[in-house]
Amino acid sequence: MHRLAAHQLLPRLRHRQLRARDLLEQALGRIDRLEPTLHAFLNLQADQARAQADRIDAELDAGRDPGPLAGLPVALKDNLCLQGMPTTCGSRILETFVPPYDATVVRRLQAAGAIVVGKTNLDEFAMGSSTENSAFGPTRNPWDPGRVPGGSSGGSAVAVAAGMVPLALGSDTGGSIRQPAAFCGVSGMKPTYGRVSRHGLVAFASSLDQVGPLARDARDCALLLGILAGHDPLDSTCEDRPVPDYQALLERGVEGLRLGIPRAFLQGLEPEMLASFEEATGALVGCGARLVDVELPHLEYALPAYYILAPAEASSNLARFDGVRYGLRVSGPDVAAMMRRTRAAGFGAEVKRRIVLGTYTLSAGYHEAYYSRAQKVRSVVSRDFQEALARVDLLVLPTTPIPAFPLGEKTADPLDMYLSDVYTVGVNLAGLPGLSVPMAPVQGMPAGLQVIGRAWDEARVLACGQALQSVRQYHLALPQSGLLGGGKA
Amino acid sequence: MSHSQTRLSLREVDHVARLARLDLEPDERERLALQLGLVLEYVGRLAEVDLEGVEPTIQARTNVFREDQPAPTLSPEVALANAPARQGDYFRIPRILEED
Repeated sequence: MHRLAAHQLLPRLRHRQLRARDLLEQALGRIDRLEPTLHAFLNLQADQARAQADRIDAELDAGRDPGPLAGLPVALKDNLCLQGMPTTCGSRILETFVPPYDATVVRRLQAAGAIVVGKTNLDEFAMGSSTENSAFGPTRNPWDPGRVPGGSSGGSAVAVAAGMVPLALGSDTGGSIRQPAAFCGVSGMKPTYGRVSRHGLVAFASSLDQVGPLARDARDCALLLGILAGHDPLDSTCEDRPVPDYQALLERGVEGLRLGIPRAFLQGLEPEMLASFEEATGALVGCGARLVDVELPHLEYALPAYYILAPAEASSNLARFDGVRYGLRVSGPDVAAMMRRTRAAGFGAEVKRRIVLGTYTLSAGYHEAYYSRAQKVRSVVSRDFQEALARVDLLVLPTTPIPAFPLGEKTADPLDMYLSDVYTVGVNLAGLPGLSVPMAPVQGMPAGLQVIGRAWDEARVLACGQALQSVRQYHLALPQSGLLGGGKA
Repeated sequence: MSHSQTRLSLREVDHVARLARLDLEPDERERLALQLGLVLEYVGRLAEVDLEGVEPTIQARTNVFREDQPAPTLSPEVALANAPARQGDYFRIPRILEED
């Protein structure tokens, strides 16, 4: 059962060949067996999930329709608020925080009949590319537990990759859905900025953050995005636009489409990754697409601009964690000392690094040279994307320059860690939709093809992922349970 | 460029940490001075880009407005449930001293 995608489970549930409770028990059993090795979850709610599954079963038995995701177990990245369960963001400073409301995306999942089983591990406040920055210990890659799962949505990617749940939510500020999807061999999408509500997502860099799906394939991403997308009056960046029927548009294929490749940006790529990328784009040519070389002359500046803008926004957003209203408090003789001590004790090394960096580039005397300059570079990077996407229908790139790396390899060198986002951050700066789908493995580990579309054109991006998955089976591969010490699975 | 040339001064680190309301241990100060120097050197390559006449992106897309209407909100009890310390319907904090 853990091999099946959501779109395969749904008809079985609906036709009562499979009970939501049985599916949930299998998911919980698998989580139980694999968690000691993988540590994908920070919190589980087995009892609440069982009650919900029983309710869904009762409705289905009675012939009612409890919603388009009825009975499917889902996992939430632990920076999304679920009322009554701690939302830690992988941080000591929020270890005890229990949100008093649900994120809009959580409400939509529940209204669709999905069953939340728990909250997944992440780099602290979503800052990182390996999930090693969690205050509660790293998550491991199910394909090789000696390697990282990517990040920051590493727990969600692993929960799907290891067959614990068919669907999970992540958030993506600079690649935090697409990069772990690529590292773990699953499909993951960052929607257009403004497509999905962030109400109830703990903010990291507000001009870049988006919530999106992680799933077994492009079809399940389409299914889940259809539930998440759409206007929310509680997020003033979430636009009031019609949400297309992504599943209905999935089989449009890529016949006659022009796929742009920023060829100059692939220089120096490892030969095996390049070969995997060319095999995937070749398969799309076999589906009727045409490859066109395009230039994105400023794309190389996306990463340095991102590492000014994102920490600057983070330094401002994280000012709210001051020991006054929620979370940790370390006492002090006066309020300023209390705040300094609380933040010193509550934040981990990477979060402190970004707060200090962001405060520096925003401070008097440096604002123009760093922050304002990066905002202008963002404009030229966005313009490059717009001009390229006026000539072609989609852009394709590898999701990452390298496959999953060993734990501990990059923790001592922050800059080296940042470089693993080099192919993903530009999409966030430009606010565009990006999807990662599995392509041929590299060094025996999963690798991802990234498909980038015009703003609001998720449907075409997903159709391209679906086209690849209709002629290649990389998305069907599952890590061997034997490797995970899980025994029979 | 060697590390010693690109690092921030400890004075700069201390100044920024104070602005950010963050106490740093001695070894954290040292590490941040070095690491932030390297990151700033890396992001410094933005100086190569010709930005003549380019407007900054100050907003990712557009503001989506809605009517400003009264609606139910959290009760004081719920809003205070996570408070590290409270007094009645207030968040309790240590005394506020004047800072230099």
